[in-house]
Amino acid sequence: MATKASRSAARLMISPAVLLLLGWMLVPLCMTIYFSFLYYNLLQPGSGAWAGWDNYYWFITDPSFTDAIKNTLVLVSGVLLITTIGGLCAALLLDRPMFGTGLIRIMVIAPFFVMPTVSALVWKNMFMNPVNGIFGRIVTGLGFPPIDFFGQYPLASITFIVSWMWLPFATLILLTALQSLDQEQLEASEMDGANWWNRFFFIMLPHLARAITVVILIQTIFLLSIFAEILVTTNGGPGTATTNLTYLIYVSSLLQFDVGMGSAGGVIAIILANVVAIFLMRMIGKNLDA
Amino acid sequence: MARAVSNKTKTINTAIAGTIGFLMFFPILWIVVLSLKTEENAIRAPLEVLFSSDWTMESFSTVQARSDYFKHFSNSVIISLGSTFLGLLIAIPAAWSMAFVPSKHTKNVLMWMLSTKMLPPVGVLVPIYLLFRDFNLLDTRVGLTIVLMLINLPIIIWMLYTYFKEIPGEILEAARMDGATLREEVLYVLTPMAIPGMASTILLNIILAWNEAFWTLNLTAAKAAPLTAFITSYSSPEGLFYAKLSAASVMAIAPILIMGWFSQKQLVRGLTFGAVK
Amino acid sequence: MGRIELKQVQKKFSDIEVIPPLDLVVEDGEFVVFVGPSGCGKSTLLRLIAGLEDTTSGNIEIDGQDATDTPPAKRGLAMVFQSYALYPHMSVRKNIAFPMRMAKLSQDEQTKRINAAAAALNLTDYLDRKPGQLSGGQRQRVAIGRAIVREPAAFLFDEPLSNLDAALRVGMRMEISELHKKLDTTMIYVTHDQVEAMTMADKIVVLQAGVIEQVGSPLELYRTPRNKFVAGFIGSPKMNLIEGSEAQRFDAHTIGIRPEHLLVSKESGEWKGTVGVSEHLGSDTFLHVTVDGFAEPITVRASGEVDAYFGDTIYLTPNPDLIHKFGADGLRIS
Repeated sequence: MATKASRSAARLMISPAVLLLLGWMLVPLCMTIYFSFLYYNLLQPGSGAWAGWDNYYWFITDPSFTDAIKNTLVLVSGVLLITTIGGLCAALLLDRPMFGTGLIRIMVIAPFFVMPTVSALVWKNMFMNPVNGIFGRIVTGLGFPPIDFFGQYPLASITFIVSWMWLPFATLILLTALQSLDQEQLEASEMDGANWWNRFFFIMLPHLARAITVVILIQTIFLLSIFAEILVTTNGGPGTATTNLTYLIYVSSLLQFDVGMGSAGGVIAIILANVVAIFLMRMIGKNLDA
Repeated sequence: MARAVSNKTKTINTAIAGTIGFLMFFPILWIVVLSLKTEENAIRAPLEVLFSSDWTMESFSTVQARSDYFKHFSNSVIISLGSTFLGLLIAIPAAWSMAFVPSKHTKNVLMWMLSTKMLPPVGVLVPIYLLFRDFNLLDTRVGLTIVLMLINLPIIIWMLYTYFKEIPGEILEAARMDGATLREEVLYVLTPMAIPGMASTILLNIILAWNEAFWTLNLTAAKAAPLTAFITSYSSPEGLFYAKLSAASVMAIAPILIMGWFSQKQLVRGLTFGAVK
Repeated sequence: MGRIELKQVQKKFSDIEVIPPLDLVVEDGEFVVFVGPSGCGKSTLLRLIAGLEDTTSGNIEIDGQDATDTPPAKRGLAMVFQSYALYPHMSVRKNIAFPMRMAKLSQDEQTKRINAAAAALNLTDYLDRKPGQLSGGQRQRVAIGRAIVREPAAFLFDEPLSNLDAALRVGMRMEISELHKKLDTTMIYVTHDQVEAMTMADKIVVLQAGVIEQVGSPLELYRTPRNKFVAGFIGSPKMNLIEGSEAQRFDAHTIGIRPEHLLVSKESGEWKGTVGVSEHLGSDTFLHVTVDGFAEPITVRASGEVDAYFGDTIYLTPNPDLIHKFGADGLRIS
């Protein structure tokens, strides 16, 4: 069907998408880069002088930047750890024969479909409130003094909430990959004398290695941009205890109206995400057979 | 395991998995319970809450009586459906051409499109915000719809592409041998076979747009805020609000939970970009 | 009606020449089989005739008219695909009706032809089912039915029996042959199975790497293969090809003798050897014999009564009238 006429028709059909995405990518991106080199503050009219690398310098040397990077790292790796290991266990469990598989799957998957703001508010108020929340009551019920989760362990609390939301994602992906494992391979290994641990380690895990990598890469890209949960629970505080890179840039741009600095931060965030994206694209590319 | 497993093993597995499922699902279950209680009862100790006798729908009516709740609910509906429909308009021809008239660039174009989804939104927050401000798009549903369409376009194209590719080429060739023109081939053979895939794509996209919580929080204020932003007005540091927050939350997440039930497979396909089969 | 001629037809994919310039004539009403190993270009050739691929150069004529640039829909041919390619969302009735709908035939005419095809193919009970509810053999028949109602100039079959199990294949083979006798329409049939080729064809076209090695009736190809390739491809088990000193005895680079043309004896014969694997089917016995002085083992087909087993000494005598001689270039020496 690949005649000259259909080729040019095809090019026509694909152009709106390409143009839109190109515009979406290039225009704001160039603007961000451009602004990052200006002294540009929305509250100060007449600003817009060339700043050179100053914005970058001040952004990086600000102590809140190191905090933000540290928090981002802790947040992302914390969630990755919990969701990957938890997701693996859940997938292995759900792969087994049981009653009511459908219902149990729905219960495990459901958290992913709750909007982030609802999820954050529900956890903060109904569960982690030191007095009235369920966790709070458990703590006092056991005889300990009440714990202000968001005051004393803010980053851990947020990590917990985000993990709850993303665990279903990891579970679903790993379960799908697990179910594509050829049963006969496992049966052959049983004939060869392998027990469960051997089968898991030498057959299931290598098969899942790909899916685990994909889960980690995709989650990383999305977790770098965690925003709503922080905004709605702690506003980045106390101090900068729960400020990640995304939140820091938000504060700089929309709260302090320092567009120049915010843009510099934005460029850094993009570079960071790109590093992860390169690895992910390579994995996707291998599977694509256009 | 293809072998028959004893009922005892199955029961043990069910117990363990059921517990984990219950724990994961508990928060959602809990807000449903709380939404049906009075505010005074909602903040009592959990067991007391559960077994207190009064079940009431008053929180739901209070929430709905706030006229702006309905407005923001409809904002969510409009931007979800709007961005999906707009996205389909652009994605269907693109996916069609890439699936059925591929060139040697097709793979690269597809990968490039997917890579745009990996751009951290905060990197373009500033210019988008300023552009929206200058074009009077801040706090408008139109502006929000456009942004949501753009961020999900790669996924829509990608999913449609995979569904189109799954249609066996031989069936389309058979239609051609049977005398069908291109129009007839698309109308009578291709489209009916592509409808399930399109439905799945629509479902997934509505879910993603409804739950989006970056642009919807930063580009809206009072008028165009969808539920993601609006729900925050239900948690106040002073005063009783558990039941109301629960009721508002239940109404906000219910549609998506139902859709999510039907779209598990699509989720895997759409969000792993085919890297996992 | 139904005469197809290929003149210097060539096909390249990018820069790879899959079919060098080729000439072929298919007469009206003939059952022609394209046969050859995987990748030999037989399916490509079929698709060129169908119009699903464009020729790189050369002409295709259908009934004297140049059809090289005619789209597949307008060539008046019908194709039965290997995967049947039925429309999954349409009932059997609608599947069969589809080509007639495209040709804008009247409702009455459509119904008439559907019923006739369904009766001929035993599909009357299944007309309202969807393809997903049918077995492989039934789907095959629906695909054929869809082709029949077009009343085409020629039928094109692309390995239609490959997806069926062995028993079904034998039955369908006969049905297709009967169909050909009944309809008396040209049929071009692609397969890699030489048994299908031998049993169904009026004329066989043997292809290798896009080149026609030989065209002829089944018996012609069996009795007088033009070269070593055709000799080894047609006939099962394969013809034994012997080189070296034994071949030189017959003034040839290679000699060939079919397994069924060797006499077997435990006492005496021209070639002495040891039996390796022996296969006893009851009706026949196949012996794989290592003959002294021959590089490759010889396959022999003997009667079911023959009583030779692994390790036995055995004597083979080729029928001198049925020895094929080939030169160093692989071509037949008369």
